Amino acid sequence: MSEFALRTSLPVYLREEQDRVEKIAAGEGLDFFPVVFEILNYDQMNEIAAYGGFPNRYPHWRFGMEYERLAKSYEYGLSKIYEMVINNNPSYAYLLEGNSLVDQKLVMAHVYGHVDFFKNNFTFRATDLDAGAHTVDPSKRRNPYDPNRRWIDKMANHGTRIRKHVARFGINRIEEFVDHCLSLENLINIHAPFQAQQKADVESDTPKEVPRLRTERPYMESFINPVEFMDKQRAKMDADRDRAKKFPERSERDVLAFLLEHAPLEGWEHDVLEVIREEAYYFAPQWQTKIMNEGWASFWHSRLMTTKILDSSEIIEYADNNAGVMATSGGRLNPYKLGVELYRDIEDRWNKGQFGKEWEDCDDLDAKRTWNVRLGLGQQKIFEVRSHYTDVTFIDEFLTADFCRDQKLFSFGWSNKSERFEIESRELKKVKDKLLSQLTNGGNPFIYVEDANYENRGELLLRHDHQGQDLRSDYAREVLKSLVRVWKRPVSLTTMIESKTAILRFDGKEHSVRQMK
Amino acid sequence: MSLKIDQDHSRFRGIVRGKIRENLKKYIAQGELIGRKGKDQVTIPIPHIDIPHFTYGQKQQGGAGQGEGEPGDPMGGDPEEGEEGSGKKAGEGAGEHSLEVDVTLDELADILGEELELPDIEDKGKSRIISEKDRYTGIRRVGPESLRHFKRTYREALRRQISMGNYSADRPMIVPIPDDKRYRSWKTQAEPVANAVIIYMMDVSGSMGDEQKEIVRIESFWLDAWLQKQYKGLESRFIIHDAVAREVDRETFFHTRESGGTMISSAYRLCATLIDNHYPADEWNIYPFHFSDGDNWSMDDTLLCVDIMKQHLLPRVNMFAYGQVESPYGSGQFIKDLREHFAADDRVVMSEIRDRDAIVGSIKEFLGRGK
Repeated sequence: MSEFALRTSLPVYLREEQDRVEKIAAGEGLDFFPVVFEILNYDQMNEIAAYGGFPNRYPHWRFGMEYERLAKSYEYGLSKIYEMVINNNPSYAYLLEGNSLVDQKLVMAHVYGHVDFFKNNFTFRATDLDAGAHTVDPSKRRNPYDPNRRWIDKMANHGTRIRKHVARFGINRIEEFVDHCLSLENLINIHAPFQAQQKADVESDTPKEVPRLRTERPYMESFINPVEFMDKQRAKMDADRDRAKKFPERSERDVLAFLLEHAPLEGWEHDVLEVIREEAYYFAPQWQTKIMNEGWASFWHSRLMTTKILDSSEIIEYADNNAGVMATSGGRLNPYKLGVELYRDIEDRWNKGQFGKEWEDCDDLDAKRTWNVRLGLGQQKIFEVRSHYTDVTFIDEFLTADFCRDQKLFSFGWSNKSERFEIESRELKKVKDKLLSQLTNGGNPFIYVEDANYENRGELLLRHDHQGQDLRSDYAREVLKSLVRVWKRPVSLTTMIESKTAILRFDGKEHSVRQMK
Repeated sequence: MSLKIDQDHSRFRGIVRGKIRENLKKYIAQGELIGRKGKDQVTIPIPHIDIPHFTYGQKQQGGAGQGEGEPGDPMGGDPEEGEEGSGKKAGEGAGEHSLEVDVTLDELADILGEELELPDIEDKGKSRIISEKDRYTGIRRVGPESLRHFKRTYREALRRQISMGNYSADRPMIVPIPDDKRYRSWKTQAEPVANAVIIYMMDVSGSMGDEQKEIVRIESFWLDAWLQKQYKGLESRFIIHDAVAREVDRETFFHTRESGGTMISSAYRLCATLIDNHYPADEWNIYPFHFSDGDNWSMDDTLLCVDIMKQHLLPRVNMFAYGQVESPYGSGQFIKDLREHFAADDRVVMSEIRDRDAIVGSIKEFLGRGK
């Protein structure tokens, strides 16, 4: 337990509430890590929130920026942080001092939903650590499941590591490099933890001969192994060997890992980049499951609160606060709302058996409206969903035309004519396409390392897998600068600009763009 | 209580002010500052620095939303007013970087002040303006290591060792323990430093429309609020003029409506008289601010103004500030004339104020010099 955890203590009345909420949550089938609640005043809350929920991080100005935003919005009464919970084992959650008891109960119920999700959704297994605080192979889930997720300690250690370098080299030098690394932090491969380690093919260096068909009669040789054929085979093998010389052999999506392994980094640079990469992977499951995770926690807080926790005198206050959390304004999607409604829809459909071939094939609207075969599989289904899906698969599989219409979802786009964002369509396919394109890879472009010896000059070539949207060019130029800072040689990126292939290049001094036809 | 975040926060403030890591300054997105709906409602700037990533252009992307509306309606559900840049990613709001709220005057002056340099008021005559200074005045048992008083600490340790009998003159080794440590302590003292007066002059002639007067008032109001906050005992005098000038009280200055011709020289002459009678230049720091739409009555009068400035004003003032508001009627000639005569004189600061949004920039131009 961190030193921080011992500094504050939960008042007895809240501890009693926690026991009660915990029992109720467990009784409903939620399966969570132990939860430690801390009570904080608003200043501490803003500080910890600025650090992404962690009491100790490495020093960086952007945490100060976030703190200023939070502190100002709080001081001027525009917003306050309701709850914060960290994916750690045990999980830490924070309560805001001075909130009403109903609010605190709401937060607790919500937190148990999140912690159940942290423990059971498969993506979070990528944050399991071993004794040396390295991530372990997440494909194996031991039973009973009590993984090491001491990320509070790990983050604090990252802070210590970077502070040590700061003490030695000065804050400006370190911070500047951290900025560059942060520009690259989205260049990771979220699937990497789940892919089996690709073993480098260890091929013997001995030159291979083209295999011949054996013959005991020498005069048959030129017929059985004709010279032209042998030459062709030899040329093909040479070509294969040349191709193998390309490095990396296959496109590499974990650009950060590639840089860590192959860029000429000084010791401290390696350390900084490693910290940034590990933290990027820690946060990846959270943005992969934002809708699902918030939806799940909201689903359970509303169920637990309304059926078990509250008495009738508290229900109005609860409903009022809950409505604030679930509100959508200005046509924006609220992940809490979208998530919770989808879970409810799934539960309802699986309870009534509104799925499968028979349901899909039914054209009778009236029959569909009253369809209920009393399967009662709802509860089981949503628990399954929370374990095995991410936002992308969740939306792709369970967003239906009925749901889309009931929830008044729409897709929007920029209209050049009227210079504003306009509603484009309410069709399921279009809405789903937009949603999925935003969610896929966290809305980040796909970038691969293609060649570490580009044009045989030790330059780095990256490739943007263009899927219909151009990169933001001013930012792309800045990121290239950061890449050059890390790679220490010119860096190029192939992408498309207005439907034409283009190569952006930064050589350390100047940017250039080469358009292809 | 000091927080860990304080260090990161002060780094961030340093970057925003351009004091450190200048190369980051270009990424700062500033909110605006001064209100649209009267003086109560203002927008608080929350500067934000974006770290560049490989990312998509927002306009190409669009997104999915929830709510009422037909295809073709703007986002936000209000068919009249399209909300600018309201396209947010599902699941993650980039966060608004400015907020509209009520704030007190003091807070606002503070916010404004983060961007400004103080005028460098000189030490003149019998002092009226108070400034604060920290002095080391004593010793205490706790404090930061950087303020440790070595000699006192040593003495305490020596005294302790002697009284406990483990000091030997042959081997005079003194090892302080935490209890021996002594630190400097300080007191904040008020020190009178200087006298200063600000003379505000405003053109209230017919060519100055209501909007122009409002701009001048907002600007002088904030100048005054900021300077008054910084220097206790600062004097302010107010002059309004059309074809004739007269001195008025603060209330009148901020609320009067008049109209007539424009003779700027009348104001300058009155200003010079005021200085002569009340504010001898060897005892006072003097800051005249003049605001007009730049539409003077005649060229002769303008030349007269230049003459008064050269003869009477400039030798006595620390800085002369002229702010010109753009007006639909005026020719805006005056600032050009001033530029012609005083372009090389760094005591004269000129600023053109296009509209309300330009007020902040103009205040910065006036006070950014630190003169």
